[in-house]
Amino acid sequence: MYKQGKYIVLSKRAAAKGIFDMLIDCPEIAALAQPGQFVQAAADGYFLRRPISICDIDKQRGTIRLVFEVRGKGTQKLSEINAGQPIDIIAPLGKGFTFEEGKRAVCVGGGIGTPPMLSIAKLCGKNARVISGFRNASAVILQEDFAAAGCETLLCTDDGSAGLHGFVTQPLEEMLKTDKPDIIYACGPMPMLKGTALLAQQYGVYCEVSLEQRMACGVGACLVCACKTVKNGEQILSHVCKDGPVFNSGEVDFS
Amino acid sequence: MSDRLKVNVCGVDFKNPVIPASGTYGYGREYECLYPLSMLGGISVKGTTLNPRQGNPAPRVAETPSGMLNSVGLQNGGAKKFLEYELPNLLTKDTRIIANIAGATAEECAEIAAMLDDSAVDMIELNISCPNVKQGGAAFGTSCEAAEAVTAAVRKSLRRKPLMVKLSPNVTSITDIAKAVEAAGADALSLINTLLGMRIDIKTRRPILKNNVGGLSGPAVLPVAVRMVWQVHNAVSIPIMGMGGISTWEDAVEMMLAGASAVQVGAAVFADPYAPIKIIEGMEKYCADNGIDNISQIVGCVEPW
Repeated sequence: MYKQGKYIVLSKRAAAKGIFDMLIDCPEIAALAQPGQFVQAAADGYFLRRPISICDIDKQRGTIRLVFEVRGKGTQKLSEINAGQPIDIIAPLGKGFTFEEGKRAVCVGGGIGTPPMLSIAKLCGKNARVISGFRNASAVILQEDFAAAGCETLLCTDDGSAGLHGFVTQPLEEMLKTDKPDIIYACGPMPMLKGTALLAQQYGVYCEVSLEQRMACGVGACLVCACKTVKNGEQILSHVCKDGPVFNSGEVDFS
Repeated sequence: MSDRLKVNVCGVDFKNPVIPASGTYGYGREYECLYPLSMLGGISVKGTTLNPRQGNPAPRVAETPSGMLNSVGLQNGGAKKFLEYELPNLLTKDTRIIANIAGATAEECAEIAAMLDDSAVDMIELNISCPNVKQGGAAFGTSCEAAEAVTAAVRKSLRRKPLMVKLSPNVTSITDIAKAVEAAGADALSLINTLLGMRIDIKTRRPILKNNVGGLSGPAVLPVAVRMVWQVHNAVSIPIMGMGGISTWEDAVEMMLAGASAVQVGAAVFADPYAPIKIIEGMEKYCADNGIDNISQIVGCVEPW
């Protein structure tokens, strides 16, 4: 179940260089949305919608929050929508993260893969440890939000300008050795997801990863957003928009 | 809705002439939560091959000015799955079902057609124009001899269902192909399939599509489609379903004036999932505003200079 319509942007601000944080008034979408799902946003003057993961859902206030990076002309156009103006979205779309009350989680976010971690981390609250990795200190986002949700946070940067110097997989392995969680949620660049999935397998922890692919319809009709998966030992091409974006990492073919 | 939009294409009655195009609408399941499928004239379902196909590797889509390229490569679950799983569901939707079929050989096309002839689909649309598969596909649709042979083979295997053949625009003369297909026994034509195109990432110097090339659709192709429908309408006597870049009711009216008896709407659905419904409503109002009793009265009514 999803909706399509024009909804008012309540606020917009730059969260970091080239990264925008937008709050949208859309009660009917907020009521349906689950952590890990995404929206298809129309960029004025461009034919295809842009898939953007939902960062946060406030069902009481009827809002969703999108935190996205300007990657090209379409996302540039989206970033120019100001508070008070409408944004045309189709949402909520796709299959989100699996949540089980009381389970201890580690959320792993890399760069612009960090935003979809917020809504699931919020659900987990004190049961979640959040490891986020960024290029450098100026790219860091959302750390206060994770802390406000009661999560333990651990920050890494590629150049060591903030937090630990290195990739998220290093502290993740430490956690898996010393204090194993029940579940790992991850979103970020493919090499990071591959490394996370490998560690999850090594340490026998269930892991879900959120994938990205170029899309057209966003609802499972056009079949363009194919990704390689393995089910019951058989290789199949699944679709990120409908079968995902969240997949059991054991079913993703990272080769 | 009144009867103003009722059309008949080679013996099949449609409540209106607006039909989502094959490959853009799946089997309708993904859009049912927005509006009842019974509002549509019909659905041309995802291209079906004899056996399941995985399609091409991703990326399979690239944006273009006013359109897109795709290189899906006919990913589908095969004819058996269509008949057992998709068709029974579609038959409850109170809309016309056009089964779109494709095969690597004429024999394979004929075999799928024979399987569907005994089913409850309303019409067969033979795809001889898919640009994204190595065998069959556009190879059938780009020579008169091959197009004629595959049409004749499928025609022979059908006893009940009307046969519509979907043409490729990637040819020197689409009217020659259309005439060959008509002579081989097609009851209707649908055109145009996508135009072969390519986009390159200037940073990586790689094509955006993993298949290197793909089919162009969207508003960018509308004028090419209108021109080809007009030319074919003047060259054959069988009805035409016009498609290619239609995204508004004005586009649909234009296509019918060019000679289309009905229209298919494809990529527009990606930009606006309500596009087919808005087109139907717009055409209804157009008829009412212009005193047109039935939309069929405008088919081919362009007055060329």
